[in-house]
Amino acid sequence: MKYLILIYHNQKAREAWEGSSEAHRTEGLRAHAALVEDLAGSGELVVSGALSDPSQARRVLVGEGRTTISDGPFAEVKEYLAGFYLVECESADRAVEHAARIPEAAFGLVEVRPVLVDTGPDM
Amino acid sequence: MEVEDLLREHAPQVLAALVRRYGGFDTCEDAVQEALLAAAVQWPTDGVPANPKGWLTTVASRRWTELWRNGAARRRREETAALLTPGDPEQVPAVDDTLSLLLMCCHPSLTRVSQVALTLRAVGGLTTAEIARAFLVPEATIGQRISRAKQRIRASGAGFRLPSPSERDERVAAVMDVLYLIFNEGYTASSGAALNRVELTAEAIRLTRQLRSRLPDDGEVAGLLALMLLTDARRPARTGPDGALTPLADQDRSRWDTQAIADGVTLITETLASAPLGPYQLQAAIAAVHDEAPRAQDTDWPQILGLYDLLHSLAPGPMVTLNRIVAFAMVRGPRTGLEHLAAAEADPALAGHHRVHAVRAHLLDLAGNHEAARTHYELAARHTLSIPEQRYLNARAAQLGPSAS
Repeated sequence: MKYLILIYHNQKAREAWEGSSEAHRTEGLRAHAALVEDLAGSGELVVSGALSDPSQARRVLVGEGRTTISDGPFAEVKEYLAGFYLVECESADRAVEHAARIPEAAFGLVEVRPVLVDTGPDM
Repeated sequence: MEVEDLLREHAPQVLAALVRRYGGFDTCEDAVQEALLAAAVQWPTDGVPANPKGWLTTVASRRWTELWRNGAARRRREETAALLTPGDPEQVPAVDDTLSLLLMCCHPSLTRVSQVALTLRAVGGLTTAEIARAFLVPEATIGQRISRAKQRIRASGAGFRLPSPSERDERVAAVMDVLYLIFNEGYTASSGAALNRVELTAEAIRLTRQLRSRLPDDGEVAGLLALMLLTDARRPARTGPDGALTPLADQDRSRWDTQAIADGVTLITETLASAPLGPYQLQAAIAAVHDEAPRAQDTDWPQILGLYDLLHSLAPGPMVTLNRIVAFAMVRGPRTGLEHLAAAEADPALAGHHRVHAVRAHLLDLAGNHEAARTHYELAARHTLSIPEQRYLNARAAQLGPSAS
C-alpha cells in the first residue's frame, strides 16, 4: 500500500521553528535527511518534497471559458501543507512509524493517509 | 513466439546456468538482466538467433566476467565463494532450476515487496522498469528493493539448492503467497489503468504454471493455479463502463472466459480427488461453483456454504468469516445472516472494517430495509481503500434513494 505522509505548518510551529536555536534547526533538517536516506535505502520511498511558502501559491479557477489565477498570500489559511512523503509500506503501522520520525510530529502536524488502489475484491 | 515471451521463458534457465557455473546469485542476476536488455534491443532488428538460450548464456557470461573484473564484484565473490558450491551444470537436473530460483527469490529473510520484485525480475525475466511501471513506483524504488534483496540473500548465506524437506513446505507456501499477491496486484478493475503495464495476472499465472510443472503432485499449487484461472475468467465482466465493480450476481456471464473456466474446473476437480485438502484448493472450489452457475440464481449456495465451513476450520481468517456469513445468508435468509454478522463483529480484526459495513448493507438490502442499507453502503464507501469498490458502494447507496444527511 502507498501512504501519503502530509506535513502541515501553522503560525505557532513556524514561530517555534524560527525562534529555536541553530543547533535545533540543524537537528530538524538532519532528521528529514536521515529519513529520506533510510526510506530510499529500504525501497519504500516513492517521492518526497518540501513545498514553498504559501505566499508562492496560485489558485486556479476555471469558469465560463476563462482561467483566473489568484496569487497568495491567502490570509484565511491557518494551517497549510508544507511537505510530503509518498511511501510504499507493508502496513499502515510501518507508515506511521516513519511519520513519527518527522520533527513536525512534535506539533501534531503530521498526517498519514492511505492512497486508494485500483484493484478491488470480487463481490 | 514473441521476443518478449522468448526472453521470459529463458530468463530463469540462463540465470540458473550462470549461478551453477559461477556461484554468487546477485552478480549472475545482474549479468542476466543486462543480457536480456541487450536481446530486447538487438533481436527485434537483427532477428532471433538460432539458439536463443545459448546466445543469452554467452552474453550473460561475458557480462558476468566484466562485472567480476570490477573490484566490488570480486570482493562479493570472495565473500560468497565459501557459501556457494557451483556444481556441474550437466549433472544437476535442469527441472529443479526454476523451483530453486523461486525459492531463493522468496527467501524468508526478504520482505514481501522485495520477494515480489525479485521474483518478477529473476524468474519472470521482467526489467526493473517494467516492474516499476506495473507497481506505479519509480524505477529507483524497485532497483533498490532488488539490490537490497540480493544483499540479504548474500548475508543469509542461502545457497542455490533445494531446501530440506522439513523446510520445503513452508518455503513453497511463501512462493505461492507471493504469486497470489502478484496476481491480485494485477487484478485491476479497469483496463485503462493497466495500459502500458505488464499484465501481472498473466505473469502470475505463467509463473504458477511453471511452479506446477516442477511440483505436479502438490495439491495446493494446483489449487492456486485453478483459483487464478477461475478468478481471471470473470475479468471481462467484472467492471462496468463507469469503472465500478460489478458484483458476481450482476455480471454478464456470457462474457466469462469459458475455456479458462473449463480448465480451472478440470484442474480443481482432479486435485480435490487426489491431494490432501488445502486453503487454495477450497477457494478454487468455491470459485468453480460460482463459475458453473449459468445464472446468479442458479448458484449452489449450500455447496458454497459447506466449502466455507471447511475453509473456516482449515484456515480461519476475518475475510473467510465474512464470506461465510454471506453464503450462510443466501441459504438461511438475510435476517439470520445479520445476526451472525453482529456476533462476528466482536472479532477485533473485523470491528469497523469496511467489508462488515458492505456485507451488512447487502443483507439489509436483501431483507428489505433499504434506508439502513443505504447508510451502511455509504459507511463502507467511506472506509474502503479501493477505488472501484468505492464506486460500486456509492452507486448502490445512490440506487437506494437520496441520502438523508
